[in-house]
Amino acid sequence: MTGSIAALGAGLAVIGVGIGIGLIGGHAMEAIARQPEHTGKIQTNMIIAAALVEGAGLFGIVVALLGN
Amino acid sequence: MASNAVLASEEAHTANEHASAIEANAESHGHATEQGEEKEAFNPAEVIMHHIADSHGWHLFDWNDHPVSIPLPVILYTNNGLVVFSSAEFHHDQEGTHVVEAGGQRFVNVHEKIYYASEEANEHGVYAHMDHETHEVSNESPWDISITKNVAALLFAALVILLIFLPAARSYKKNPNSAPRGLAGFVEPLVVFVRDDIAKNNIGHHYKRFVPLLLTIFFFIWINNLLGLVPFFPGGANVTGNIAVTMVLAIIAFVVTNVNGNKHYWGHIFWMPGLPVAVKPLLAIVEFIGIFTKPFSLMIRLFANITAGHIIVLSLVSLVFIFETVWISPASVLLTLFISILELLVAALQAYIFTLLTALYIGAAMHEEHH
Amino acid sequence: MGIVTPGFGLIFWTTLTFFILLFLLAKFAWKPILKAVQDREEAIDSALEAAKAAKAEMASLQTNNEQLLKEAREEREQILKEARALRDKTIADAKTAASEEAAKVLDAARAQIHNEKMAAMTEVKNQVAQLAIDMSERILRAELKDAAAQKAMVDRAMEDVKMN
Repeated sequence: MTGSIAALGAGLAVIGVGIGIGLIGGHAMEAIARQPEHTGKIQTNMIIAAALVEGAGLFGIVVALLGN
Repeated sequence: MASNAVLASEEAHTANEHASAIEANAESHGHATEQGEEKEAFNPAEVIMHHIADSHGWHLFDWNDHPVSIPLPVILYTNNGLVVFSSAEFHHDQEGTHVVEAGGQRFVNVHEKIYYASEEANEHGVYAHMDHETHEVSNESPWDISITKNVAALLFAALVILLIFLPAARSYKKNPNSAPRGLAGFVEPLVVFVRDDIAKNNIGHHYKRFVPLLLTIFFFIWINNLLGLVPFFPGGANVTGNIAVTMVLAIIAFVVTNVNGNKHYWGHIFWMPGLPVAVKPLLAIVEFIGIFTKPFSLMIRLFANITAGHIIVLSLVSLVFIFETVWISPASVLLTLFISILELLVAALQAYIFTLLTALYIGAAMHEEHH
Repeated sequence: MGIVTPGFGLIFWTTLTFFILLFLLAKFAWKPILKAVQDREEAIDSALEAAKAAKAEMASLQTNNEQLLKEAREEREQILKEARALRDKTIADAKTAASEEAAKVLDAARAQIHNEKMAAMTEVKNQVAQLAIDMSERILRAELKDAAAQKAMVDRAMEDVKMN
């Protein structure tokens, strides 16, 4: 039954990542609303930050898959 | 070829019944006996895992319970040199019950991995030595460079890419300095986007050298992602959702980044300026690990995103079989449609993110000191 | 699990395919496409540059024209002003000349009148004197018509001399 515990871990990892990416996206939206002229730059940085956060979550998922 | 496969599948079916006996999942078996002896219980996890994994034949559909697939060449580099035979010779066997003799050697296919066959079959009829607990095969295996389903899909995608871009390039030669028309008009904004928004913005001064690489990475991933979303032949293979493919791409990104790293880059890794000496070695360790985690996350991100997309689509389609009613199909189809549209976005987004981050890493490695 | 262990065959084929693709695309697709795009961008840039230059030239021409127009207008104004001054001067000159002439005529008339008057007065005086002489002659003749009267007269004159 290690699989199910690993899946639980993956789920927990995804919660953190979800919150993180949600915050990034939300703040990026605010920033774009405040300064629409910098939309491109904000989007790029948003994607980079989201990718970094997502990377952390993906490690969790990979560990879960390995443990499965 | 296909009709050959249909004929071959007759024999394969008997082999499959054998195979079901050694199915690892005891639970699903218990289920099956409850529902009826002749009908195997539908196990979505197994089906999905089978679909997203690579295979030696290209399974198209089942016809009257017989799998119909396109046989692909199996190429093995064995102890006695190169051996080539058709994947149809396995007769859809994936449990190691059917031995193929080629080049004076005997091979079995156990879960799409090819091993040298054992002399004798074990108690389940499998010509391989399997661990009873983990079901791991301990037989030797040859170097397998077969044209598997993913390789075939990969080659097809490469062909598609060439068929898109070579004519587009030719149209530029034919009428230079005019507005792009047709294929060139479709291709140009994307090429310019990769050049300006990805390469120029993130690499900086010497970006021109990397534009061809980034363009190739971008379109390679994108086209493969899109073909993976096509639900029928020759699409549907999980190429960019295979870790081997993403690993190769990530290794390319890794090599290009570190080969182009200047002394500031290495300086920031091994001896971070502006920090107390005591902290420097500690940070050097972290930064050194960072060199590898960056491409590793590239590899995992693409793999996980695309595989997850395939799993979701297949899960939604599987709903029909899980509930065993056709009435769930409208919901299933609508959800699949929705996810497929989302996956179209993801296909482009992941190609963009992979390329963007590669450009960013290259840019960071080539960044000049500005303090 | 199988899905997180990369298969050797796929690594091999992916590497091969990718590099062949990179080579072919770089040589036969990216190079001509990027070159064409860049050439076109340069062409567009130079065309825009030329258009900008033409526009600037037009603007400078426009300002030139305006300058010319302004100068012409000023010149016209100047000429008009001069003409007006000339006219005023001429009128004034004519006026002074006329009034001088009139004064001269008046003076001459006045002098003539004076002369005439003087001549008339002299005439009158001469006539009055003649008349007085005539009268006195007649009176004298009437008084001294005989010797006695002449004698009386001399006597009276002698008396007057004595009184002195």
